[in-house]
Amino acid sequence: METAAPRSIRLSALLTWWPAWLLLALTAAAILAPWIAPLDPDRQNLLARLKAPGFEARGATYWLGSDELGRDILSRLIYGARVSLSVAVLSVLLSGLVGVAVGMAAGYLRGWTETILMRLVDIFLSIPAILLAIITVAVLGPGFVNVILVLALTRWPRYARVAYGQTLAIADRPFVTLARAMGASPLRVLALHILPNIIGPLLVVATLEFGLMVLFEAGLSFLGLGVQPPTASWGSMLSTGRNYVGSAWWIATFPGIALFLLVLSANLIGDRLVDRIGKGR
Amino acid sequence: MLRFLLHRGGQALIAAFGVVTLVFFIQRLTGDPTALLLPETATQADIEAMRATLGLDRPLGVQYLDFLRDMVTFDLGRSFVQNAPAWDIIASRIPQTLQLAAGALAVALLIGLPLGLLMALTRGRAVSRWIMGLVLACQSMPTFWSGIMMILVFGVWLRWLPSSGTGTLAHLVMPSIALGLLSLATYARITRSAVLDELGKDYVRSARARGVGIRRLVSRHLMRNSAIPVISITALEISQLLAGAVIVETVFAWPGLGLLTVQSIAARDFVVVQAVVLLGAFVTIFANLAADILYSVVDPRVRLEGK
Repeated sequence: METAAPRSIRLSALLTWWPAWLLLALTAAAILAPWIAPLDPDRQNLLARLKAPGFEARGATYWLGSDELGRDILSRLIYGARVSLSVAVLSVLLSGLVGVAVGMAAGYLRGWTETILMRLVDIFLSIPAILLAIITVAVLGPGFVNVILVLALTRWPRYARVAYGQTLAIADRPFVTLARAMGASPLRVLALHILPNIIGPLLVVATLEFGLMVLFEAGLSFLGLGVQPPTASWGSMLSTGRNYVGSAWWIATFPGIALFLLVLSANLIGDRLVDRIGKGR
Repeated sequence: MLRFLLHRGGQALIAAFGVVTLVFFIQRLTGDPTALLLPETATQADIEAMRATLGLDRPLGVQYLDFLRDMVTFDLGRSFVQNAPAWDIIASRIPQTLQLAAGALAVALLIGLPLGLLMALTRGRAVSRWIMGLVLACQSMPTFWSGIMMILVFGVWLRWLPSSGTGTLAHLVMPSIALGLLSLATYARITRSAVLDELGKDYVRSARARGVGIRRLVSRHLMRNSAIPVISITALEISQLLAGAVIVETVFAWPGLGLLTVQSIAARDFVVVQAVVLLGAFVTIFANLAADILYSVVDPRVRLEGK
């Protein structure tokens, strides 16, 4: 009797956090890809081209069907998670680091530094992000590293804005003034006194940006500007699927569902964090 | 008012100048932009000629000033692939993209605003939570995927709508919905929070106490007072739509600016890509300026806050 109540609470807590579990499951799938993918994602089999889900050939089952080169969709989906997740994580980290550094410097140092840095932020924000990403990829060329660099270049101003506003709000608080009066260097004040107090809203931004980065990476790959073939990526699978939408619906459907679920869970977690930590704007 | 206009106008100009500078430096990221500006078939003579036109032998500062001068005179350069001024190439595609953006904006406003209002009025009830779920789904839906799924269902299976191309109103339906979904979600959320803000105010409570019906309250008071955040978000949405058009146009083979950009990248026609990006940035800057001005007309307090 006594254990019944807590247990049901625990169960409902597990259920309400399903986005987190989904994210965790996808991450696990990405890491364990070589062990759980049923087939080699790059192995072509021209005898098994464009087969519907459940097709079997020589002992291999194509659970989610095969693409135009006879590659297993499920395996490519699992390997594609690696690209989506690693690009998203790395670009969020990189843009977050740069943006937070710039925003905190502008908010703490004020004066000319503030004017120049925040103007720069405004300029970056006035170019639609995907266009900025496209023109930069057009210059640098596609590929895994370049996509991360481009996404970081495009998105750091978001973090800078938030870090700037938060730093401004906190820089005049007594504990900061005290630390400065005691002779702490600006770097020390920023890292030990200000950063811990503004990290919450920044985490919210990072979560929401994570979903966006997944979409951006898929979008660039869809346009042929992302990670290059034969590496499996959800965006490029969708691009193939677009061409075969009349004859092989499964090629575009499954990577789309995977993308949708990943982005949805990131957005849901972000929304929860907004409720808990406060707005990240 | 004049001071406010000058102040905001000046800011917009600085932003435009900054964008031009940024694009110039992105173009030089690899050091020598000749390879970007010429097709792969270019001969050594072409390359030399291009280097001379760009003045690559001159200092970077001089090249930059030249680029600025071109921009001020609205000379977006010449496409060597199509052998035509970049502006002419772009201009021929603008009407198509405008059509698509208008369609998407209509979808977003006509569905997003009522959904937001409904969510605010039914707050705390199951209806509201379901609509919020729907809105979140719209927000997380990759544009290219919703586009492909619509093609599959309405184009291939049901054969109700054409799956690609342009010409009739029927061609516009699916691309508009695909492009409008994200903005729809934004509008619904903004409207919800704006209306909720208003609902908590005293005048609403006293109007309710006087026996003013909910319908009259919404049409007379709430709609107008919640308009400000909606207006300001529209400026942002316009640039969102422009950017989203790149992908939606590719999905539906819609011959607008977005498809042009993608084709130009494939054809290594960098001048055109650059021109589209600059245009997109200028439109965004202008839309933000227009929103700020509109904002200050609707709510005069804004003018003072800037000081």
